[in-house]
Amino acid sequence: MADKYNAETIITETQKRISNAFDVFDHESNKTVDVREIGTIIRSLGCFPSEAELHDVIAELEEEEPTGFVRYEKFLPTVTKILLERKFRPIPEDLLLQAFEVLDQQKRGHLEPEELTKYLTQEGEPFTQEEMDEMLSAAVDPDKNVILYKDFISFYWQDGHPEKQTKWSSNNRVDEMGSSDTQTAVAGTSGAAIT
Amino acid sequence: MKGCISPSVHLSELQQIHTHYLFIIMLKGLQSCWDSDGAIDMGCRVTKSNQLQLKACDPAMRAALLIQRWYRQYAARLEMRRRCTWNIFQSIEYSGQQDHIKLYNFFGYLMDHFTSASSQRNLVSQMFRESDMFQDVEWERQFCYKDIEVPDVYGGPHLSFPLTVSIVTELVDAFKNKQKLHARYVLQLLGKTWTLLRLMPNISHVCSCKHTEITICGDLHGHLEDLLLVFYKNGFPSAETPYVFNGDFVDRGKESMEILLVLFAFLLLYPLDVHLNRGNHEDHIVNLRYGFTKEVLGKYPVHGKMILKLLQKIFSCLPLATVIDQKVLILHGGISDKTDLNLIAKLDRRRFVSALRPLTRREADGDDEDVSAGRRRVQSLTHGLTGQSRQELPRHSELHSGSGLTGRSRQELHSGSGLTGRSRQELHSGSGLTGRSRQELHSGSGLTGRSVDEELRERRRLAGLSLSSDSQLGSAEVLESDAEEWKQIVDVLWSDPMSQNGCVPNEVRGGGCYWGPDVTQEVLDRHKLKLLIRSHECKQEGYEFCHNGRVLTIFSASNYYDVGSNRGAYIRLGPDLIPHFKQFQASRSTRELTLRQSVGRTERSALQALRMQLFTHTSALIREFQEYDPQCTGVISVKHWAEAVEKVLRLSLPWRVLRAQLVTSTRDGTLNYQHWLNQLSVIQTHTEIANTSLLETLYKHHSNLESIFRMIDTDHSGLISLEEFHQTWRLLSSHLQTVISDEAIAELADSIDFNKDGSIDINEFMEAFRLVEQCRGVGEDEPAPQ
Repeated sequence: MADKYNAETIITETQKRISNAFDVFDHESNKTVDVREIGTIIRSLGCFPSEAELHDVIAELEEEEPTGFVRYEKFLPTVTKILLERKFRPIPEDLLLQAFEVLDQQKRGHLEPEELTKYLTQEGEPFTQEEMDEMLSAAVDPDKNVILYKDFISFYWQDGHPEKQTKWSSNNRVDEMGSSDTQTAVAGTSGAAIT
Repeated sequence: MKGCISPSVHLSELQQIHTHYLFIIMLKGLQSCWDSDGAIDMGCRVTKSNQLQLKACDPAMRAALLIQRWYRQYAARLEMRRRCTWNIFQSIEYSGQQDHIKLYNFFGYLMDHFTSASSQRNLVSQMFRESDMFQDVEWERQFCYKDIEVPDVYGGPHLSFPLTVSIVTELVDAFKNKQKLHARYVLQLLGKTWTLLRLMPNISHVCSCKHTEITICGDLHGHLEDLLLVFYKNGFPSAETPYVFNGDFVDRGKESMEILLVLFAFLLLYPLDVHLNRGNHEDHIVNLRYGFTKEVLGKYPVHGKMILKLLQKIFSCLPLATVIDQKVLILHGGISDKTDLNLIAKLDRRRFVSALRPLTRREADGDDEDVSAGRRRVQSLTHGLTGQSRQELPRHSELHSGSGLTGRSRQELHSGSGLTGRSRQELHSGSGLTGRSRQELHSGSGLTGRSVDEELRERRRLAGLSLSSDSQLGSAEVLESDAEEWKQIVDVLWSDPMSQNGCVPNEVRGGGCYWGPDVTQEVLDRHKLKLLIRSHECKQEGYEFCHNGRVLTIFSASNYYDVGSNRGAYIRLGPDLIPHFKQFQASRSTRELTLRQSVGRTERSALQALRMQLFTHTSALIREFQEYDPQCTGVISVKHWAEAVEKVLRLSLPWRVLRAQLVTSTRDGTLNYQHWLNQLSVIQTHTEIANTSLLETLYKHHSNLESIFRMIDTDHSGLISLEEFHQTWRLLSSHLQTVISDEAIAELADSIDFNKDGSIDINEFMEAFRLVEQCRGVGEDEPAPQ
C-alpha cells in the first residue's frame, strides 16, 4: 500500500500530467480550452470513457452558462479525481479480442471491411465516416483486404514505436487527388475554428 | 504559445486536507482495480445516463461499444501527439526567425563598425552594392531575352505572346510533369509581368459582380502541388473565377519558380481577375535565407542571376493589398494601430526593395552626386528615433531573443537596430566625410572601450543628429516620412494578431507588430471595412478566425512543416461577403501513410529539429547541467534535466513528455548528461575539424552565414574566396562577441577548401552541417511516452 509520502508524489505527478496535457490545447495561454477538445485531452491521459461518459464529464466541467470553454480551475480537480480513482480504465487486450471474436460470427479469424463498418457505424456509439475510414486504413490488410484482428490488436496495443514498418503501410486512404473535402460555411462572427 | 504551467503543491493546511482526500480516492481507485471483473467492464456499467448501455445486452452491440471506446482513445492519443509535434514546429520556426533579427543587426553592425582603412570595407560595400543604378529602360535592355536561344533538343513548354488559355494550360501541365521552362521564356514572361505590375496601384480594388465568387488563397511557399490541387478543385483563374493570391509564393518549398510562373501567366492572361499581394517572402534577402535563391540558381545556372534581378524588381512592384467591395481587406501579414490605407495607397512601393535594406532615394530627385559611385543616402529605419513609446510585452512571450544577441534589451530590437542614417559616401571613400562622421568612424573600432551595444546606441543617436545637420539630405521631414512609409509597409507584410488588446512590436519576427482585437476594430471601422483576411501564419486546419470573427487567417500550403502537419485551405467569397472554406491536403505522400504513420513521421522530423536545437546549445546546456551537479558526478535527475533544457532553449514545450523521446537511457530517474549530449548528434564532416566548440558556434549561425555568403557571392558562382570567408567570419564573430582566434578560422577555412584552389564552395560548406540522426537502438525498451 502506498504510504503518504509516495501518495503525495503520485498526486503531484498526476496533476503535472494533467496540466501538461491541458496546456497543449490552451491556444491563447489563458488557462482555457475549447470544450470540444476535452475528450481528446482526457483520453490522451490514459482514460477510456465511452461517449456517454464523456458527455457527463463535460457537463460537469462546463460553466453554468456554457461559454464553449472550460477553465483550468475546474478542469484540474475534476480530472485529478478521475485519474486517481481510475474511473475509465483501459480495456484489457484479451477483452478487446473477445469483442472482435463476437463480431466474427463465422469464426474465420478475420472480418470483412464492410462487416466491421456496418457494426461500428450502426451499433453502439456509431463512428463517423471519418473515424471509420481512419480505422480501416490502419486495420485492413492490403493484400487480403480483410481485417486480421488478432494481429491488428497485438500490433496496435502498445503503439510505442510508430516508425516500425508494418504490412498495413500502403493503404490508399482516399482515391481522388485531394483528401478530406470538408466544407464549412461560416457566418460573419461565428468561428468554426478556435478563436 | 503555451506558458509552462506547473501548479506548485505547497502544502498549506488546506491543501493537506485536500491531498488527503485525493489520497483516499486514489486508494479506492486501486481497490476497485483489484476487485472488478474485467468482463463487467464491457460498457454495461450502470450510471445515470448510461441507459443506452443498460439496454445493450446484445453482444454485438456490446462488442461494438468496446471497440469504439478503445479506438477513440487511440485516436485521441494520436491527436495529442500531433498537436505536440505541431507546437514543436511552431516554437522552432518562430525562434528560428530570431536569426533574421540577428542578420539585420549584423548588417547594422557592419555599417557602423568597419573602418575605411580596412580591407573589410570592400567586403561590406560589396554586400550592399546598390544596383538600382539604371533607369527602367536600361534594365529592360539588361533583361532582354531575345538573344537567348532555345535549342531544338529542348523538350519543355514553349511560350508565345500574347498568351492564350491553351498556352497557359499547357504550361501548367508541363510543370505537373516536372518539366522546366526555358530561361528565355522565363525572362520573357517575367519581363511582361514587370511591365504590367508597374501600372498597378498599391491597393487593388475589386468589385464582386452579382454572380461571381472570388477565391482567396494564402501562403503557397513553393508547394506547387497545393496550387494545382486548388485549381483542380476550384478551377483555373478566369473572368468567372477570379482569384486573389495573398503573398508568400516562394521559399521553403522546392517549386517556387513554377508557382511564380503559373501565377504570372494567369495574371497576364486575366489582369483584371487575378490579384497578387506581396508577402514578406517576396523579398530577395529573405530568399537568400529560405531557399528560393538557391532554387533559382540551381535550376538556371546560366541565367539565374538575371532572373533573380528581374524578380527583385517584380517583387517590389507587387501590390500591397486588395480590397473587395470596399468592405473586405486582404493583405499578407496584418495591421498595426498606425495603419493608414490612404498613406499606403499614395507611397511609392517600388522603393521598398527589402525589409533588410533601407529605403533609397530616387535618382530623379535632383541628386547631384555621382551616380556610378553608387552613393546613396542610407535612411534611418529606427522608428525609435521618433520617440515611439516602448512598451513591455503584455503577453507572456516565451520566445526571447536568441542567444546571439548578448545583452541587448527588447527595446533595442524594437528600434529596428542596425541601419543608421549614414550617407553611403562614407562607406566608399575616405574623402567627402563630414568631420564629425569621420571621427565617429575611427573611434568606432573598439578603442572607446564601450560595449557593442553602447556603441550602436551612441551612433544611432549621433546619426539622428548628424542627419539633420547634413544639408545635402534636405530637411529632416524627408526622413520622417520615409520612416513612416517604411513602417506602414513592414506592418502590412510582417504583423501577427494577438489575443490581448494593444499593439506591440513583433519581436519574434523582427518586424511588424502584434496587434490586438481593439486595433482591429479601430482600424477596420476607421476605414469602414468589415473583415480583414490575411495569411502569414500556418494554421493546422488551413484557416482560423480571431478577433471576434473580424480577422481571418488563410493558409494554403498543406503539410507545411512535414507530411501530415496541417491542411491547406482557400476561401470562396460571394457578393454577400461571407467566407466559405475549402480545405485540402496534398496527399501524394500522405496517401501512402496511415494516420498513425503520418503522425509518427511528422513527430520524428520535429524531434530531429529539436535535437538540432539542443545541439546548438551544447555548451550552455553543459553549464546549466553543472549547476545541478555541483559534485560533478556527471549525472542529474530527469526533473532537473527538463528544467535546464527549458531554461537554455527557451522553447516552452512539454519537456517532461518529450524527455522520453530525447533521452533514451535513464536509470532510476537520472541520466548521464555528458553521455547524452555526445549521443545527441554528430556533424558529418568531410574532414576532421577538431575544434568542436568552433564547430558548434558555426553551426549555430550557419543559416545566417549562408545568407551572408550568398550576398558576398555577387556573381552567384557558388564560390567565395578564402579571404572573404575569413573576413566574414571575423566580422561576424566580433559582432557576436565570441572569441575565436584568427588561426582557428584560418585553419577552418583551409580545411573547408577541399580542392585547395583558394575558394570555398558554399554548398559544400553548408553540407558539412547536416546533422546525422543517431541510431536510437539503445532505448528501444523504454516505456511509451504519455
